[in-house]
This record gives sequence, C-alpha cells and structure tokens, in this order.
Amino acid sequence: MFEAPGVPRPHYQALFQTLLGLPPEEMRKSQQAADLSFLHQGITFTVYGNDEGTERVFPNDLLPRIIPHHEWRKIESGLTQRIAALNLFLEDVYHRGRILADGIVPRELVYSCRHFRREMRNLTVPRGIYVSICGTDLVRLPDGSFAVLEDNLRVPSGVSYMLANRKVLKKVFPTLFRDYGVSPVDHYAQALLATLRALSPASSTTRHEPTVVLLTPGVFNSAYFEHTFLAQQMGIELVEGRDLLVHDNVVYMRTTAGLKRVDVIYRRVDDDFLDPLCFRRDSGLGVPGLFNAYRAGNVVMANAVGTGVADDKAVYAYVPAIIRYYLGEDPILPNVETYMLTDRLQREFVLENIGELVVKAVGESGGYGMLIGPHSTAEQREEFRQRILAEPRNYIAQPTLSLSRAPCFLDGEAQARHVDLRPYILYGENVTLVPGGLTRVALRRGSLVVNSSQGGGSKDTWVLRA
Amino acid sequence: MTGKRQTTMLSRVADSLYWMSRYLERAEHTARLIDVDLQLRLDQSPEAGSGRWWRLLEALQAPAPEDGKIDATSLTHILTLDKSNSSSIISCVASARENLRQVREQCSTEMWEQLNRLYLQVNSTTANEAWLLHSYVFFRAVREGAHLFQGVTDSTMSHGEGWQYIQLGRYVERTDAVARLIGAYLSRLPYSKERGGDQALDQAVESEEYLEWVGLLKSCAAFEAYCKRHTAELRPLRVAEFLLLNPEFPHSVRFSVDKVHAALRAIADLTERKAEQPVRLAGRLRATLSFSQIDEIMASGANHYVESVRQQCGQAHTAIHQIYFDYPVEAELAF
Repeated sequence: MFEAPGVPRPHYQALFQTLLGLPPEEMRKSQQAADLSFLHQGITFTVYGNDEGTERVFPNDLLPRIIPHHEWRKIESGLTQRIAALNLFLEDVYHRGRILADGIVPRELVYSCRHFRREMRNLTVPRGIYVSICGTDLVRLPDGSFAVLEDNLRVPSGVSYMLANRKVLKKVFPTLFRDYGVSPVDHYAQALLATLRALSPASSTTRHEPTVVLLTPGVFNSAYFEHTFLAQQMGIELVEGRDLLVHDNVVYMRTTAGLKRVDVIYRRVDDDFLDPLCFRRDSGLGVPGLFNAYRAGNVVMANAVGTGVADDKAVYAYVPAIIRYYLGEDPILPNVETYMLTDRLQREFVLENIGELVVKAVGESGGYGMLIGPHSTAEQREEFRQRILAEPRNYIAQPTLSLSRAPCFLDGEAQARHVDLRPYILYGENVTLVPGGLTRVALRRGSLVVNSSQGGGSKDTWVLRA
Repeated sequence: MTGKRQTTMLSRVADSLYWMSRYLERAEHTARLIDVDLQLRLDQSPEAGSGRWWRLLEALQAPAPEDGKIDATSLTHILTLDKSNSSSIISCVASARENLRQVREQCSTEMWEQLNRLYLQVNSTTANEAWLLHSYVFFRAVREGAHLFQGVTDSTMSHGEGWQYIQLGRYVERTDAVARLIGAYLSRLPYSKERGGDQALDQAVESEEYLEWVGLLKSCAAFEAYCKRHTAELRPLRVAEFLLLNPEFPHSVRFSVDKVHAALRAIADLTERKAEQPVRLAGRLRATLSFSQIDEIMASGANHYVESVRQQCGQAHTAIHQIYFDYPVEAELAF
C-alpha cells in the first residue's frame, strides 16, 4: 500500500484519507455490521479435522485492496494466455503427446502424476476445453510485479466470497466505492452460466437451452454454501449424486414431473468420487455410469476429468515452457522459482537449505502438506527431509516469498497482513475474467498462510475502471 | 397460461419440503397437547387425571416409559426434550430444520432464519424443576414459532410447486393427528350407555366430564371456535361433529383433507403428470367427509370411522411418495 513509510501509493490516497477522517468507533461499527451480515446469511465454511464447531464464518476484512487498471490489464492477458496453453497441454497429453515426445515435459512426470487419468485417453471434449473454470493464485514479487504461485484447475472455490465481500463493501463505503470507479463483478454468475452452456454436447436435443446442473457432494462439504449460492444465482438445480441416474449412457435427474435429461454438469465433486464404477468404488457421492455417459458424449462435465495433471505442482514448473511450446509466445506472467526434487543437484540444494525454503506436496491444496522453512521446528524439517528422500517426485520447493502486505482493520486499527490474489477465469465461447478476485489474507500476524482452512480471511478487491 | 412447465423441482427437494412441514406440524401439535393436559391437571384430583397419561401417549403414538411408571415429569420429558424419542418436540424441530437445511436454496432467507431461530431456542432449553414449573412458556414459544414460520412462508415464498408440498405436508400430518386424537378420546371417555346411551351424547355433559371435552377442543385450538358456533354448552356429538366435519375450522379433519386435495390437484397441474391415484384417494376421502352425518358415524362406530379416515390418509401419503418422490425408473423410461 505504501511507496515509502507514511506515503501511500497514489491509488490508495483517497481510501487513506477517508480512513484517517473516520473515528475508530465508526469503523468498528461498520466491521460489526459486516460480520453480522455474514453470520445471518450463513456464509460459512467447514473446517475438517475438528470434531465440534466445524461451521465457521469466513473472516472478512473491511479495507478493500485496490488494483490499478493497467496492472489488471496485464493480469488479464497473462491469465488468458496461461489458460489457453494449459488447455492445449491437456488436450495433447491425453491424445498424441507431442510435448512429451519432443522432450519438453518429461514423460514420467506426467504419467506418475496422481491426477493423470488413463480413462481420458483419446476422449474428445467439446471445443477442446478441459479447464473452463479456473482460479489462479497470484503473488507480488519483490519488484512489485505479479507472478503465478499456483494454478487451480480442478474444482477451484471461493468465488462466492468475492461476490459476498463486494455486496457488503458497497453497503459500508457507498460514496468511496462510487468515487473510486470500481469495475463491477456482479455478472459473474451469468458469465459462468454462459460458459457452461457453451460447452453443451452436440447430441443434446435441447441445444438452445441445455439443462445445466451443479453437482455438490452435499451439505457436509466445506464449500456447500458456495454451491447453493451459485446454483441460486444461476437459476439452475443443485443436485447430489443420488438425484442423478444414467440409462443408456444418458444422464437424467429425478424431478417431481418425471426424469429430466441433463446436458452439462458443473461438478464440484473431485474426479475420484464421480463414478463408483470407474473411479473409487466406495464413493457414495457419485453417479454409477456417469463416466460412460461422458465418454459417449451425452453429457459434459466442467471441469473435465483429469485436469489435475496440469496443476500438479511439479508440472507447474514447466508451464512457462508449455506456453512457449504451444503458443510461441513468452509468458506474460512469470512463475515463482521452483526446485524439482527429482533432480539430484536441486534436491541436494534444497535439503541443505530447507530452513529458508517452502516445501509443498505436489498433489495437495488448501495449505495442507506444506513446510514453511523459516517458521518450522527442527523436528518438522527432519520429517520433511525424510519424506523428500523417500518420494522426491511428491514434493517441490520454492523460495519463501515475502508476500506483499495490505492494511487490514484488526483490533480497532489498521495493521499490515500478507495477502495473495485469486482471480477467476472462465473459458467457454471465449475467455472471460471478471475484474476482481478473492484477496486472501493471513490474519495471524507474520503468518504466510492465507488458506481459509488455516486461519485465513478475505477482503474485497477493487479493480479500477481507468 | 401456456401450459408449459415453468420450473423444475427435484424429487429429493420436494420430499424434504414435505417432511420439513410434517415435522413442524407435529411439533406444534405435541406442544399444544401437553400444554393443555398440564393445565387441565391443575383443576383435577390426581386420580381423575391418571388415565389420561395413556391417552396422551396413544394420541401422540409415543413410547411408554421403560419402567412403566408414568407421571408428569417423565411424560413431559419424553414428549418434549427426549432426543431418543423421534417424535419429541426437540426431535421434530431438529428434523424439520435438517430437512430445510438441505434445500436452503429453495426457501426464502426469512423462512430459514425463522426455523433456525426456533431450533436454537428449543435446543438451548434444559429440563429442570424451574423449567417444568413454567413449561407453558416453552410450549407457547414452540407454537408461536411454528405459526410465525407458516406466516413467513406464506408471505415470502412463491406459491408454486414447493409451497404446495409444504401445504401438503402440514395438512396430511394434521388430518392424521387430529383423527388419532379424536379416536383416542372416544375410546377412553367415561361416557357410557348406562347413563342414557346414545341420547346422552346429544345432551350437555356433566361437570366432571366437562373438563375432558374442553381439553379435547383446546388440544385442537378449537374451544373458542366451537363456542362461537354452538355456545359454551358442550355436547359430545357436537364436539365430534365440529372436529371431524366442520368445513371452515382449520384444525378440523374435513378442512385438512380439503387442503390436501387442493394441494394435490395443484401439484398435478404444475407437474403435468397423470397423478390419478393420490388425487382420487384424497378426493374420495373429501367426499366421504362432506357427505357424512355425525349421528350415522356414531351409530356405526365412531372409532371405526376415524380409523378409516386415517387409513385413507395413509394411502394418499404412500401414493404421493410413489408418484412424486420415489417412482420406479423403468416406468419413466418406457415412454
């Protein structure tokens, strides 16, 4: 937020002045009103691995993060480029495998990935789009420019908080909001519906208005609130596995008026649990026969099955090369430097310097399975050292980033906390980015972990119109 | 009207709305019955009221205490705060909330908040002596909470298919509960043929029985409505007629069956589905009730009549289930 101590960056000046003018009591009241609004709407998430009190309100911070127009333009083009390349990569990996044959990405890296699905070989997906809903985590590098920390290509969540934060902020700072010229985000649900409709299968009998549903694992899932919210905003049915059935490779939902054919499924269920006949047999969340219907082209799922191979943290290191290979362009947004632990030299370096690095398990998300060197104990470091030696393919390491900080209103005053940014990218007929995203905040002082499951919160993100 | 279906409703969602409504109606009914019973007891000697415990259990289809001993404390506990009894008030309210929670995107925010509030209130109650002494406050809160929910539902939710399932649940439950209550009274009341036989039914009841009949009426929230219609002179025949056959009073069996029938016809229209079975069953029951006369009912055995009403209501419930919630897929795929 600041250029130099006490000197706010130009686009923060108006906010800064307004804040200085407000009595702390006023701010506290606004924060309370906002908190209450979240509680009443039931905007909660579930924390796993905790017996009681598992339903929590997602902490929200009142002070918006502001992103100037020109910076957003760069993010937009960078992410558009990235999603295009990753889709070409997936299409290639599940068909001819040119990029593997040309030795750009090591074959064994792809085939050893836990999220690689043999079942997807030679299956053609509509428009060749595997990833149509993506949430990419960005951080600022020390020089102030944005870099990609992580791609979330499976079932990214959090977009409902982006919309809820905006709704609350508009109430709390109406004049400030208007004067700033903030780009709207409210059309996200409509854009998402249009994206899903654009994927509808060619065999659909109702091509003009295909039936789209949102498949949720159910009321106990951590993101259930988001599922109900998005289904309601899009005006589509929120279904569970038990509401669907497959007959002759066609998917139907059970309605009071009889069976109704389903064309597109926005699924918020992981690959593993989609179809007990094809993936995990013990899954009670899925629909038996769903994958065959998918193979037959009678139903489309978004995202496609098997996209996890492209957001594997070890494959991530190759994304700049992937962009160059398919598009012949230089990546607009850089990666964060990443050490591959399968490489002997890099592994030795990491093991020696583990105290200064961040080690991540490649297939995990949500901040689980992670070691932050500077904040770790000798025991934890030893444990990770052993794990790396046992399974080098399973881990990567990155330098500890000093995530940029933004002011948050905590305990009655503004305090700096680490933040990252997750914009949401939609890819249907074309690529759409709603100008904004979820800014996640590490609410604990000094903490670098922004995940909601690990004590993170969020704040509204204002992308300026000009 | 285009005749074209406007919206889609999942069977699971309809099922949840139906049961949510049934459970809430059950909680309200139970609360009223216990409250009336406890108040009635204040006016009676302990012996006079002892037979009523069993009637109450029978009317609510609740399990008897394990040790066979029955008194105000144990009974009230079983019926209100006992989580192991699936038809206690606390279990019913929790089931209603759980059903609504699974279909939250289908109801209005106001509905959810109201039911959630009632749930939190009931759940934070702990039974002790002081609570028992003032339990009427609790029962009133449950009744009011249910009434408020009904009002909020009617004024904030579209009166479309989902709303019709809520109506259906409420009135199927009410038909069954009121019929069962009348049955339990008629089979256990001390009216007897020795004291004048059937003629006695059409005369004002004597003072010791008066309280029992007031209790029955109040258990259906019907005392005031009855007095308006027939004055405070209580005749068993008139009470039975009022509760069974009155077309205007919302807790009478006939009124409830009319509502069931209306909801079923509306749903059949909305889903454009050949739902002859439930509509026919409800229609037949409705016709029976509108053409019955109370003296004939009494002559041929009131208990038998009430049982038959309950049975037909149960058949309608099963038919609803089979047509809308859990139909065989093979038949659907055939056309």
